[in-house]
Order: sequence, then C-alpha cells, then structure tokens
Amino acid sequence: MTTATPTVAAGAQKVDGTTSTTAGRVRRRLNSRTATLVSIVIAVVWTIPTFGLLISSLRPEDEIKTTGWWTAFTNPQFTLENYQQVLFGRSSSSGQLASYFINSLAITIPSVLFPLAFAALAAYALAWIKFRGRDWLYIAIFALQIVPLQMALVPLLRFFSTGVTLGGVTLMPAWDLVDEQKFAQVWFAHTCFALPFAVFLLHNFISQLPGDLMEAARVDGATHPKIFRTIVLPLITPALAAFGIFQFLWVWNDLLVALIFAGGGNETAPLTVRLAEMAGTRGSEWQRLTAGAFVSIVVPLVVFLSLQRFFVRGLLAGSVKG
Amino acid sequence: MEFDFADEQPKLLMLMYGLIAFVVVVGGLLLLLDVVPAWFARRREAQLVAASASGAPLPRRSKPREGIFAIFFLLPTLLLLTIGLVVPAIRTLLLSLMNGSSTDWVGLRNYGWMFSDDSMLRVLINTLVWVVLVPVVATAFGLIYAVLVDKARFEAVAKSLIFLPMAISFVGASIIWKFVYAYRGEGDQIGLLNQIVVSLGGEPKQWLLESPLNTLLLVVIMVWIQAGFAMVVLSAAIKAIPGDIVEAARLDGVSPWQMFWQITMPSIRPALIVVAVTLTIATLKVFDIVRTATNGNYDTSVIASEMYNQAFRYGQNGQGSALAVFLFILVIPVVIYQIRNLRQQREG
Amino acid sequence: MAVFTRPRQAFVIAGVLGLALSATACGTGDDKKSDKAGSAECAPYEKYQGNDGKKVSIYASIRDAEADLLERSWSQFTECTGIEIAYEGSGEFEAQLPVRVDGGNAPDIAFVPQPGLVKRFADAGKLKQLGADTKALAEQNMPADWLKYGTVNGTLYGVPLGANVKSFVWYSPKTFKEKGWEVPTTWEQLIALSDKIAASGMKPWCAGVESGDATGWPATDWIEDVLLRTAGAEVYDQWTTHAIPFNDPRVVDAVDRAGTILKNDKYMNGGFGGVKSITTTAFQEAGLPVTTGKCAMHRQASFYANQFPEGTKVAADGDAFAFYFPAIDAAKGKPVLGAGEFVVAYADRPEVQAVQTYLASAEYVNSRAKLGNWVTANNKLDIANVASPIDKLSVQILQDKTGVFRFDGSDLMPAAVGAGTFWKGMVEWLNGKATAPVLQGIESSWPK
Repeated sequence: MTTATPTVAAGAQKVDGTTSTTAGRVRRRLNSRTATLVSIVIAVVWTIPTFGLLISSLRPEDEIKTTGWWTAFTNPQFTLENYQQVLFGRSSSSGQLASYFINSLAITIPSVLFPLAFAALAAYALAWIKFRGRDWLYIAIFALQIVPLQMALVPLLRFFSTGVTLGGVTLMPAWDLVDEQKFAQVWFAHTCFALPFAVFLLHNFISQLPGDLMEAARVDGATHPKIFRTIVLPLITPALAAFGIFQFLWVWNDLLVALIFAGGGNETAPLTVRLAEMAGTRGSEWQRLTAGAFVSIVVPLVVFLSLQRFFVRGLLAGSVKG
Repeated sequence: MEFDFADEQPKLLMLMYGLIAFVVVVGGLLLLLDVVPAWFARRREAQLVAASASGAPLPRRSKPREGIFAIFFLLPTLLLLTIGLVVPAIRTLLLSLMNGSSTDWVGLRNYGWMFSDDSMLRVLINTLVWVVLVPVVATAFGLIYAVLVDKARFEAVAKSLIFLPMAISFVGASIIWKFVYAYRGEGDQIGLLNQIVVSLGGEPKQWLLESPLNTLLLVVIMVWIQAGFAMVVLSAAIKAIPGDIVEAARLDGVSPWQMFWQITMPSIRPALIVVAVTLTIATLKVFDIVRTATNGNYDTSVIASEMYNQAFRYGQNGQGSALAVFLFILVIPVVIYQIRNLRQQREG
Repeated sequence: MAVFTRPRQAFVIAGVLGLALSATACGTGDDKKSDKAGSAECAPYEKYQGNDGKKVSIYASIRDAEADLLERSWSQFTECTGIEIAYEGSGEFEAQLPVRVDGGNAPDIAFVPQPGLVKRFADAGKLKQLGADTKALAEQNMPADWLKYGTVNGTLYGVPLGANVKSFVWYSPKTFKEKGWEVPTTWEQLIALSDKIAASGMKPWCAGVESGDATGWPATDWIEDVLLRTAGAEVYDQWTTHAIPFNDPRVVDAVDRAGTILKNDKYMNGGFGGVKSITTTAFQEAGLPVTTGKCAMHRQASFYANQFPEGTKVAADGDAFAFYFPAIDAAKGKPVLGAGEFVVAYADRPEVQAVQTYLASAEYVNSRAKLGNWVTANNKLDIANVASPIDKLSVQILQDKTGVFRFDGSDLMPAAVGAGTFWKGMVEWLNGKATAPVLQGIESSWPK
C-alpha cells in the first residue's frame, strides 16, 4: 500500500537493494518498535514494585495499612513524616542516622578495595603464570564459592577472639579489638568471603585478554609484575569496576557479617543494622521501613550511576577491538 | 539537629588506617615483586656467565621462576581463603558427623536424617526448581533487555531501572514483594497482584499459601533482583563485540535475528557462562528470601533456609552442617563443567 | 610507586579524609561525669561501689524505644557507681548469641527470653554461676515458679527480669457495653458469647500468627493456655519436658478444643476474612479490629497493649482492654501462662555481678516500672509505680501468691521444636491439616 510513496526513491538511492527496500525498512522499523515496546514493558514491570514502595513511603501510616498505594493517585495524601522519623527520629539508645552512615562507609570502602586488589593479583597468576597445579587451584578457589558464609562465622570469630595456637606455640595472638577497631575484623571477614567470586569473575576477564599481547611483552623482556601493572591493570579497569560495584552492593546491604564482627552498637554498626532495628521490638512499622529502604538505596544507586560508564564502554572494550 | 563530629573522628581515623594498610600491603607486594625479579635476573646473569665459562649447557630455569612469582601473586588470597573459608569448610564437614551440640561423633546419622525426613523431599524439589529457573529466567531477561536497549537513546536510564533491584538487599526486596502479594480478606486490597486480579473480575487469593505456585512467586523475587546482574555483564559483553564483525555481517545482509544467533550469541558465550554459573551458586545459597517471605512454611523451604534454621535457630549444628555439605555436593556438576570449560579454553 | 594507576586520586582521597579529620578535631565535646557517688540519691547504690570506670556489656533482643527505656532505667545506677553499661539490642538475638558465645565473643550479660536456651548454654558450660549476693536477692524477691525456669540441674543461672502475661483475651469494653455483652468467666460462657456474637453477624474472634521467621508462635500460646486449663499444670510440665509424648491424647484434646474457636469459620477471622487468613495476618495487626468493631475478642499477651494506635484508651472502661482467659475445668483452675527474660552472665568480674545483683533489686524494678510499659514477677515491685491499667492487672496476676504460673511452653522445649516444628506445625494445622498428623510430625521431630 505504501510501496508507491516517494520513500521508494529514497530507498533506491541506497547502495544495495535487498535490505534497503521499503519493506525491509518498514520491517526494521517495526522490529525496533517492538523492541522498544518490549523493553519498556520489562522496565515498567521491573520498576513497579520499587515505585510502589516509593509512593508508600510518602503516605501516612493509616493509609499504607488500609489502602493500596495506587489509590494515592486518585486520593493524594502525602507526607514526609516517615522520612522525618527515619532521618531525625532519635532514640537515645541508637544515636543518629548520620553516624550509621559513616559506619557503613568505613566498613564498605576497605571491604571493596582489599578483595579487589588481592583477587586481581591472584586471577592474573592463575591465568597467565604457568605453574604446576594452577588449574586445580583455580577450580578449588571457584568451588569455595559454595561454602555458606554462615558456616564460617564461628571459626572466624574464634580466630579473632582467641588467636591461633599450634602445638602450644602462639602463631597469632587474639586481636582484642574495641569499638571502631572492630572495623578491621569486618574488613577481614568481607575480604575472605568475597575472594572466591572475585577471583572467578576477574579470572574470566583476564584470561580472555589476547595472548599475543602478553607474548609481545614477554619478548620485550617484561616481567610478570610489569605486565600486570602496565598491560593488564589498565585493560581490566572496567571489570574491576564491575566487581567493585557488586562487592559494594553486597557489603552495603550486609547485615549478618557486620552484626557478628562489629556488633550492633552505634560505634560500629552499619546503616542496615539501624534500619532493621527500626521495625521495633514488637511491631512491623511499615511506614518507617519503606522510608528507611529508600534511604539505604540512595548510596548504592549513586555508586552504580557514577560507575556505569565502565559498563557502557564494555568490559573488554579496547583490548579486543585493537 | 546536633551532630557530634567528635564521635565520628575515631571511625574516620580507623578508615584511614584501613586505607593506609591497603596501600602498604598492595604497594609493598608489587614493590617486592619488582625487586625479586631484578635479583633473579642478576643471579641468572651470573650463572650464565659461569655456565659459558665452564662450557656447560645453559641452565633451564624458566619454570621455578614462574612458580615463585605465582606464590607472591597468590599469597594474600590463599592465606585469607584458608583462614576464612577452607578451615570453616573442613570444620563444617567434621560437625556434620557430630550431634547437635557437637559433643559426640554420630557417624552418618545426620545424613540419614536428611533423607528420612518427610518434608525433606519437598525441600529438595524446591531447591531444584529454584536452581533451574533462576539462572535460566534471569539470564534470559537480562540478555533480552541488554540486546533491546543496546545503543538505544535512553540506554543509561533504561539499564539503571533494571539494575535498581540489585541495590536493594534480599530482605528489603522480599518485603517489597510481600507487599505486592499481600492479601486482604475484607476491604480494599493493598497488594498489587490481588488488585489486578480483582479488577479483572477474579477472586483475590492468598498467593503465598498456594503450593506449588508460591515457590514460583518466590523465584520471581530472585529473578527480579538478579536480572540486573545478568543484564549488566551481558550488555558489557555485547558492547565488546568488535564493530567490524557486526559491520561485515550487516553488509552481508544478515537479518537482526540471524545477527543475534550467529554473531552475538557466540561472541558473548563466556559472559553467559559467567552469569549462569554465578546465578546458580547464588541461588543455591539463597535463604533470606524464603526466610523473609514465608519462613519456609507452605512447602516453600529450600536447603539453604533449612540449613540456617537447623544451625542457627534450632541449635542442631550437626544437621545444619550436613545440609551445608549437601549444598557443596550439589555444586559439583557446576565445578565439573568449569573444569571442562577451562580445558577447552587452554586448548583453544 | 605504581600502585594507583592514577596517583592523583589517591591524594584526593587522602586529602578529603585529612580534611574531615581536622574538622572533627574541633568539635570535641565535653561529657564530664558528675561525681555524685556520695550524694543522698546514691545511697541505695552503696553496695555496688568500688567498680568505678568499669564496663559491662549487655546483649538482648529489646530494641528501639523500649531499649531507650531500658537504658534510662539504669542511668542513675551508672551515674552513682561509675559502671558503664554498654547495651546492645538485636532482632537476630536468638541466632546471634550462640554464634558470639561459640566464637569466644560472648557479652558479659544477656537477657535470654527462652529457658531452653539458658539450659543449652548452661549444659555447654558457658554460663557463670550467680554471685552469692545475686543469688540471695533473687531467691528473696522472685517467686519459686519463676526461679525454677532459670535453674539448670539444680543451679540457678538465670534471674528473671521482665515478664508478660499471656492468658489474656483482648476486647473492647465500649463495644461490650453498647451491645450488652458480659465478660465471660467460664469456657461455656465464652462459647455462648461467641455464638451470640456470630449470630449477630459479626465475627467474634480475630487472630493472626504471621511474625516473620517466628510465624506461628501466637497459635502455640493458644494451645498452651487451653492445655493448662484442660489437663492442668502437672501434665503441662510433663508435656514441655517430653515426659509424655508431644501428641499425648490430652494434648490432642486441647488442640482440638482450641480448634473449635481457631478453625471455626463462623468465628474467624473478624476484619481479615476466613480461617485461612490467620497464618498470613501479622500478629501485630491481628487484634486491631477489636477497636473498629469488626471483631469482638482477640487472645494475646499483655504487651499487645502497645499495638493499638495512639489515642486508643486501654482501660477497663476504654476502647480496649483484656479479660483473663477463663477456666475450662473448675478443678484445674486457670493457671497463668506467661513469659519473660532471664539475666544470665558469661563473665564473673565483680562489676558484672554488681550489675546482675542490681537488676534483681527493688531499686531497679521500680525504677524501670516507673518509666512505664513494663511488668515483672519480682515481688519488690510496688504496684503504685505501675501506671497503665493493663500492666497493673498483669502485676496483680503475677504477684498473686495463690496463683499457679507456667512459662510459655515453646520457650521451654528444645529450639528445634519450640522455635521450629511446633510453630510450623501450627501453621499447617491452621491451614487445614488435621490435628493428629500435625502433632505426630512434631513428636517425631523432638531431638533425641
């Protein structure tokens, strides 16, 4: 029907015929339309639950408990009371939210950096240094991912609290940390638990770097440390960022490890502990939970958005293209 | 609002110590690695000189040198893994052969309990459902979405929307979805799902009570969270496909469908494997979702949540440990698959 | 050094941190401790002196607003003795405490709400025996029924602290007055009233047992209350200690009797739907329809008073109040079902014992009671210090010398049953499974 329109001429001007006919273009246009539509549907479905939470967090307590959040559009009743409670509601035993924010940061930053560095080193060695048994070592590290960290809590805690003695010889004394020094235990624990996945992920990317690149460097007389620093590290920056984000999210959202290794006092407990506590001893205070959830999402989201250019650029971009 | 900075000072100081420690450890390691090879080079030179003087064949030494490098590269990781995971794993294995309070050896009784308990069959089936559905569905959604929004105008925003659930903890996500599935016997529905059902003329249901549907509804939560992970990794892999290959295919007149199956899929295969394997293991270990949403009631329990209950709530360390060991056994197929992959990769 | 690919970033981070630190240095506050040790108001704390500057850590499940009250309740003790109490409350208390203790990181003192857990720690040799002062004071101030629950193999480890009464049925005095209903005092009256209300078109009962990973517990309280009344306290003791099987015929009877209310679609579930809505209704919300006229009665412990929205008058002539769960068999009477926390110590330093003794003393219980929202079985509590009518009623019941007290059975049983299969079994039972197979399943799960 539309074949007779001037677009035929426009299409004919293109170099080759087959895909650039009008029909082909219409089909492609259609494809991109369906593509857009499908992607929008997925995006909406994925966003609605969180969106509902956002709306709920802005509604008064009674409303949350008696009507669905979508009724807020026909009967708008909004309040910042919930956020007021979460952000500034100060119970003397728990101190202020800002304090927990700092705890969370102090816990998270080193807990991301250490595994990142150690795993990058290990992954490089497993991928590019030839030594006997490296495949088995890699598989063993990979398999350690399945060890449930719950099972590691008690032995690790004992490692900190009693130290290590072997046959009456003290190899390491007890740590005996107090207050904010306990952060070190949390860093240690998070680093241990993160390593298997980190090594697995980074090994996958590092091992796919082009071999000729390494060969060329070796021929030039570069040593492994030099190759690692000057060639591998710059190339895997996006992969490091990727793992960094995942680890950040995991640590930021963690409740269990922090509670065990840092305790729940306001000197050391992260934001998650405070938010969990907000539910109260006996009540599920929906209104505070909803607002609290949003407060805790803000930081991870900012981190993701600011680092996402690494994803967009492609985890392996640059190396393979060359 | 008064905010006492003095309280925060020691924490920031501690953070700084942490960062200093990081710089010292990692920097020191790299520095060491720079010094050691230089020393070896000098020794090798000396040996070469000595060898050429005596006329003996040149010593072969590339292998031991490599090994020494590997040790330095791997040292921190291996040390931490031994303390943090290997020792606990061995301990778990031993505990699984002991009684609830870990005072007596009971042999394989805990494993016997695992397979004689009536409810356990249900738990195993549920775990299987989880471990099949989550990786497949989450990867599929992640992949479709990554392909669809690739190079679209609002790509960054679109990706952030799918990634958003990743920023929410498992517990938080479960609470959000519990709200979606909420049921009210009287008055207005406050759960979205029931509201949709009602407005379509149906009867509201207590979704989380309906076995086996409820397990699928819990799987939805995990998929919702993890699709963002799949999407991010796969999208990055798609972008890494060299532009000239795509261009060449386009010039050959390949349809988008063929392009996807013949160019995109093979190119991102390694990334697909990473995603699927990671999700499989994460799914085997997940327990917060079940615990928060149903606490394993209504036939929704999985191995990991049973393990948590036995070891932490019921004080049955033996039975909890046996379940943990069983999880490890379940992951063996994945490990074997990884070994095969690695072999292929080394050969290829 | 080539550690940072971009050294500038490292400097920026360090710079920012340094700046933050120098800024914080200026804000150092001065919290000087007023030394009042000799003053008159410190006279009652004379016997705890000599531990100035020592620190005692306490770990419990009490959080948020109630934790504030807790900390305020011992603030004078802290000021006068110089013993600093580091309190920590956690919602994961029951799961975390064993991990910390096994990991060698136990708190000095814990408030444990389950006698079963106290026994577990005592058997493992983790608990310290009470100091002589604490023991003497506890035996003097606490009813024997309560001390029994803190005792393991003849040694007293846990001193009871707070308490709550579970044998209550919440109702609305206002509605009852309007409709001309009488508060029932026997089981027959209770059923007759239920039928009357049901006939009037209103659902007489409401219940909800959803409680996160503790889902099911309110139903276990129901069963225990009924069993105490149909079979008596001795059988109840045999049941909780597994001297008789969990599915003893008398227990089956009690469960079935509770089922005539809980699993009766004519009675249930006011404000929420049918019987099936019980397992998904949050226990916190379950009793609220009592004040909105959608449900007449709700069986729940004294602490449910806190769940009513602000402005609800909780009193004998108000919007909500509770009556004592009536007797079923006059011969068995109506033993009171309750629960509470036990103060146990993992350390025996003098300052820890001082705090433990203080927590058992008249000074402490009255100081805490004055802040409101708290009840104890400690007989040194002056009822004049208890403000709310429901707490007053609870204290009267707890201090009644002729009354029989029994602790919540699910807290006495091994956790695998009391916090596991019993709860889960009740959920299945409420969802339609028959009594016999449910109880049989729980019986077979009892740890050997």
